[in-house]
Amino acid sequence: MSSTATAHHDHDHGHDGHGHHEEQNFFLKYFWSTDHKIIAQQYMWTGIAMALIGGFLAYAFRMQLAFPGKFIPGYGYMSSLEYNAAVTNHGTIMIFWFAMPVLIAAFGNLLIPLMIGCDDMVFPRINRLSYQVFLLSSIILIASFFVEGGAFNGAWTAYPPLSANGEYNMAGMGSTMWVVAVALEFVAFLLGGINFIVTTMSSRAPGMRMWDVPIVVWMIVVASILFMASVGPLIAGAVMLVFDQNFGTFFFNPQRGGDPVLWQHLFWFFGHPEVYVVLLPAMGMSGEIIATFSRKKLFAYKTLLYTVFATGIISFFVWAHHQFIAGIDPRMANVFTVTTLIISVPIAEMCFLYIATLYGGAIRLTVPMLWGLAFVAEFLLGGVTGIFLGASGADIYFHDTYFVVAHFHYTFIPIAIIGFFMGFTYWFPKMYGKMLDETIGKIHFWITILGFNMIFIPLFFTGMWGDHRRIYNYGHFPELVKNEIMQDLRIMATVGLLIMLSAQVLFVINLIKTAMSKQENPGPNPYKANTLEWAAPSPPGHGNFAEMPTVYRGPYEYSHPDREDDYWPQHLPPDDASSKKADGEKADEKADDKKH
Amino acid sequence: MNETLFPHVVDSINLNTASASTYAGDIDNLIVIVAIIVMAWFFAALGLFLYFVVRFRAKPGQKAMYIDGYNPLHKRWITYPHNAVLLFDVIILVLAVRVWNHVKIDMPEKPDMTVEVVAQRWAWTFTHPGTDGQPGTKDDIKTADELHVKLGDTVRWNGTSRDVLHSFSVPAFRMKQDVIPGRINSGWFKTKEAGTFDIQCTEICGIGHGVMRARIVVDTPEQHAAWIAANSPK
Repeated sequence: MSSTATAHHDHDHGHDGHGHHEEQNFFLKYFWSTDHKIIAQQYMWTGIAMALIGGFLAYAFRMQLAFPGKFIPGYGYMSSLEYNAAVTNHGTIMIFWFAMPVLIAAFGNLLIPLMIGCDDMVFPRINRLSYQVFLLSSIILIASFFVEGGAFNGAWTAYPPLSANGEYNMAGMGSTMWVVAVALEFVAFLLGGINFIVTTMSSRAPGMRMWDVPIVVWMIVVASILFMASVGPLIAGAVMLVFDQNFGTFFFNPQRGGDPVLWQHLFWFFGHPEVYVVLLPAMGMSGEIIATFSRKKLFAYKTLLYTVFATGIISFFVWAHHQFIAGIDPRMANVFTVTTLIISVPIAEMCFLYIATLYGGAIRLTVPMLWGLAFVAEFLLGGVTGIFLGASGADIYFHDTYFVVAHFHYTFIPIAIIGFFMGFTYWFPKMYGKMLDETIGKIHFWITILGFNMIFIPLFFTGMWGDHRRIYNYGHFPELVKNEIMQDLRIMATVGLLIMLSAQVLFVINLIKTAMSKQENPGPNPYKANTLEWAAPSPPGHGNFAEMPTVYRGPYEYSHPDREDDYWPQHLPPDDASSKKADGEKADEKADDKKH
Repeated sequence: MNETLFPHVVDSINLNTASASTYAGDIDNLIVIVAIIVMAWFFAALGLFLYFVVRFRAKPGQKAMYIDGYNPLHKRWITYPHNAVLLFDVIILVLAVRVWNHVKIDMPEKPDMTVEVVAQRWAWTFTHPGTDGQPGTKDDIKTADELHVKLGDTVRWNGTSRDVLHSFSVPAFRMKQDVIPGRINSGWFKTKEAGTFDIQCTEICGIGHGVMRARIVVDTPEQHAAWIAANSPK
């Protein structure tokens, strides 16, 4: 199948009138490319641009919450409807236009062909189409801010009847554009996901068995399968919603026999697996980084893989825990409480396996390692606070409070923000052939983490003490203004956000400084890591590898007792001279036997 | 009656309001028990994690250990916590389901009062049964944004919405239930403290969501009788 991919590729460029090795013009190279690395860059930088919009919206509404009704520098005065639109689009953008494109699409595209040792995706032109559809969806979403009535304001979950009727949400055009943008975006990720699954199944380098596939690739593939299996109902729901909005149907209109709760089921049947769709790639990257910088084999690779499969399967049976108090049959809640608590087991086990991997390591706290470790530490808190919400009896009180907001930001910020930074800093030398500045990187890391915790730890408390979500000014609720500490905590969260946002200036400075620097290329393998992407030149050229690699062992053979070096790249033939034993081949076989 | 589902350790976890229904204490203490369990896990895991990071920092010339994790001697360090997580999940599950069933499934068969709750953008309308205690009769008392109940009464409510989704939430009672157009959703509470408490809409319902509040007044029997007398339709 690998040869098929090559054939596609050559054909494609032949069609453009360019030879395989000729320089392409700027437009064709960066905007019309079928190269997985360029498409990864397109997804990544579009995602970053969208994250800036999402971050700005967060700034605007957190300022409104801390100083209600006051002028917001850079924004102006915020109305109640604008507030609703800001929280709606903050959520939508951060999940669908930042977490998804960066974690799945960008890192999936960048890493899968490089880590499994092939020259490109199996369907490069579908891959190009995927990004183009995604770009179109981003443009539609941004355009929705400028139509009459403004952007959609019915929360990122878009519950009808509010979302289905322009009279109710006062943004008829904006809400249709929102639904269309989301649906198109799903089409883009379906096209990408097909590539990820088929490429991993069919284009692995010779010698790479399923057990030799790096864990991050496995996790992206499982995430793509989850996405593919869960998104159908929501796309169907989105079509029904657009029809309800514009063509007078009443799928979700109870006055005419429809059912608004139906949408909630369609949305969350997708929405909960979606959480794991974005979690798994970040979890996988963290695993790669922890193995590399602790010079350790991942603890129980197969068990880790089974927990990934278990999480994926169980994630299809937990969706109604978002709907405990939404008016579903209360007896159903008990079923979903059971499944929700069960899913804590594989997730907890993943964290245990990572902690166990650190044991006995030779840990180097580089910037990517700091991000990788912070992912585990912060995600732990997000994970355990989920138990409060999965326990139905406690959810009666916590549902739709800031406790929920704090909980899911403790999962989504490790996933999206920390996940992006760990992947970006770790594979930066591979992508650009330069090393980022470690000192600036560490300062950036610590200030970002400080700001992040300062936002959301206070919100656990305001939530526990009654602040509920999507309220533009708590002054209207007597109980919520009785104690001054409530407002102090809201201000503290806003200050935390300002700290976190301003820390990103350091990241930009680091990028500029690195781009300007005339440092030497660090070579293909600056971290002395094992996986195949480090066998390719930095940055990899068209076709990735100078010589297509053959795989001889698993991806995490760090600190192997039979070897002097503390790493053992997957592609090195067993009779490599630096191996201590003359009969290296036998040693390798033995290592393999042990593993299986 | 002040019976509880299980022994309590705290009175209220809400700084801003009382624990004013009979089941509020159960919900609060369920939350406290969950908090004790999961925070113990969190700090244990985080502590071990940080200890490993500090303890196993790279030292010059020292190679990391080679552990594949399949040796039963090593694997048990995952298996034991795995089983323990499962055990604690069962404990949480049993308590959570007991509380849930008590609050959401076991509706009182003979409530002292039945109120009708109607939400619309962005106000609450309440129909009290009046002097005869029967809803749907001529002496019903209709109010907007103020619900009056008698201290110690078991109150059942039937709620619906006229337009979009809303949520009928009384934080002091730890009670919350979405109301949906075209359906009737029910809930109950039994008051145990007199006072005036917030009713908050907790489901986004459009431009006025942030001002959609009402008050629930828990009267002493004498106050309640006076209120009914003063407000009964003539």
